[in-house]
Amino acid sequence: MILKGKVWKFGDDISTDHIAPGRYFHLRTNLPELAKHVLEDAREDFASKVEKGDIIVAGRNFGLGSSREHAPRIIKLAGVAAIIAKSFARIFYRNAVNIGLPLIEIKEADEIDEGDVLEIDLANGFVKNTTKGKEYKFVPMPKFMLYVINEGGIENYISKYGDYKI
Amino acid sequence: MGKTIAEKILSEKAGKDVIPGEIIVAKVDLALVQDGTGPLTVEVFDKFGFKDVKPDKAILFIDHAAPSPRKELSNAHNILRDFAKRTRAMVSDVGEGVSHQIMAEKYVKPGDLLVGADSHTCTGGGLGAFSTGMGSTDLALAFGLGKVWLKVPETFLFELKGRLPEGVYSKDIILHIIGTIGADGVTYKAMEFTGEVLDQLSQEARLTISNMAVEAGAKAGLIPTDETTKAYLKEYGRENDFRKIKADPDANYEKVFTIDVSNLEPAVSFPHTVDNTRKISEARGVKINQVFIGTCTNGRIEDLRIAASILKGRKKHPDIRLIVVPASRDVYKKALKEGLFDIFIDAGAAIMAPGCGPCVGVHEGVLGDNEKVLSTQNRNFLGRMGNPKGEIYLASPATAAASAITGEITDPRDYLQ
Repeated sequence: MILKGKVWKFGDDISTDHIAPGRYFHLRTNLPELAKHVLEDAREDFASKVEKGDIIVAGRNFGLGSSREHAPRIIKLAGVAAIIAKSFARIFYRNAVNIGLPLIEIKEADEIDEGDVLEIDLANGFVKNTTKGKEYKFVPMPKFMLYVINEGGIENYISKYGDYKI
Repeated sequence: MGKTIAEKILSEKAGKDVIPGEIIVAKVDLALVQDGTGPLTVEVFDKFGFKDVKPDKAILFIDHAAPSPRKELSNAHNILRDFAKRTRAMVSDVGEGVSHQIMAEKYVKPGDLLVGADSHTCTGGGLGAFSTGMGSTDLALAFGLGKVWLKVPETFLFELKGRLPEGVYSKDIILHIIGTIGADGVTYKAMEFTGEVLDQLSQEARLTISNMAVEAGAKAGLIPTDETTKAYLKEYGRENDFRKIKADPDANYEKVFTIDVSNLEPAVSFPHTVDNTRKISEARGVKINQVFIGTCTNGRIEDLRIAASILKGRKKHPDIRLIVVPASRDVYKKALKEGLFDIFIDAGAAIMAPGCGPCVGVHEGVLGDNEKVLSTQNRNFLGRMGNPKGEIYLASPATAAASAITGEITDPRDYLQ
């Protein structure tokens, strides 16, 4: 799968409270409404300006904090195709895999700027920055997780196979 | 090759010898969701067409916004109550308390695999269970299939040595550790604790350490079981649930850290990350507007006893609000019986029903703009307590109680005899 999109840049330690703030707790049963506030406490204009296929690039420990699956869900719902970061928090990573939102870890995330256009080859582990003419390698996800991503999430995966096939 | 606690439990639950890095399917003993994550679990569960829950215990906790402050959440609560009526799942309703405390009191057994749609599910590691947080969809599958996919984590060992000084508690130890290794210092790995300091810690104090494992990025915070564990289970009529859980002597740890607690000071984590930890000597004097004593981290009876011992015969500072929330109904009853509520009320505190209280930012003490709170909770992210213009400082119940008296961050040792 090749993903192509333009970059939104974020810093280190973007928590699930930045992504899906606690004051909107009551909107968790209304994801389209909650998505209007996605990442509001990190960048107020993000939800209104993000476009389908855009890519988030961030620093260390993206998604730290709560187990709220609503966080990756509203990022996906807002149109984001993938997230690249120096590292991800564990539960966020797991939730993103389960809902079919690709995450890529690359150490050189700092070299990518806002507005750059990237191409991501998930299965082979390449990110190409077409704006800057640079290419980065990453370790592809373990096979099971790639299968889940390719099915669009674990809902589709389990519906298809009826069980975990590991 | 010997096994760590994580590898031992996951081998049992996978029905084969597992190695770190391997992706396995593991049988779930206990599964929990809460009112923030549970409605989505129910939605996904129904989409799959599952009819009933498989694990021995599947529990829906109404604790984050309980009692409900608004109609959307009242309706979300009813989704959970309706689910419990049509399946074997149980509801723990308004007034019962925080999931992790109730799990410790009533359900978690050493050696169990507990999964929960709440990041602080790692609390159960304090009772020797592999206990970890995941998402709503994972829990729908855990409910419906009775199993989850897991990647077996490598383990970091934390050896706690020395003698814990007076006025320094398990909360200070774990804040110190996170301040040293960072909020992503143990990302993905299991933390395992060992050493002579464990003998100095009550079961409740151990739960505080495991509770915060996720704040270092860890998947689990495991503590071996011993006579202290057994006595705790016995107190709740669960002596038969006891089982010895410990790592093999030749277990393989990816890293080993040795921490001498003898010279530790009370610790305070400054906004907006848990690893922004300072010693009390570098933290004292910060003026605060609110003090909150409670949560799955430090809302247990021992915590309330410590806070009460400092507040006894004293008043909170007139410029602050003092909020006390027992973690469970059992804690609430004990505190009432022991006269701790009289002490809190006389000190000027507001005591709320058992639950998560203001920690999650939905009710019972949302911060105003530019306000600062000193809290015994586990997390101080921007906006956590309902207002991104507020600041959250984290500390032990003793530090919180002492600070409530002075209205600024205060060394609790000033108030200990």
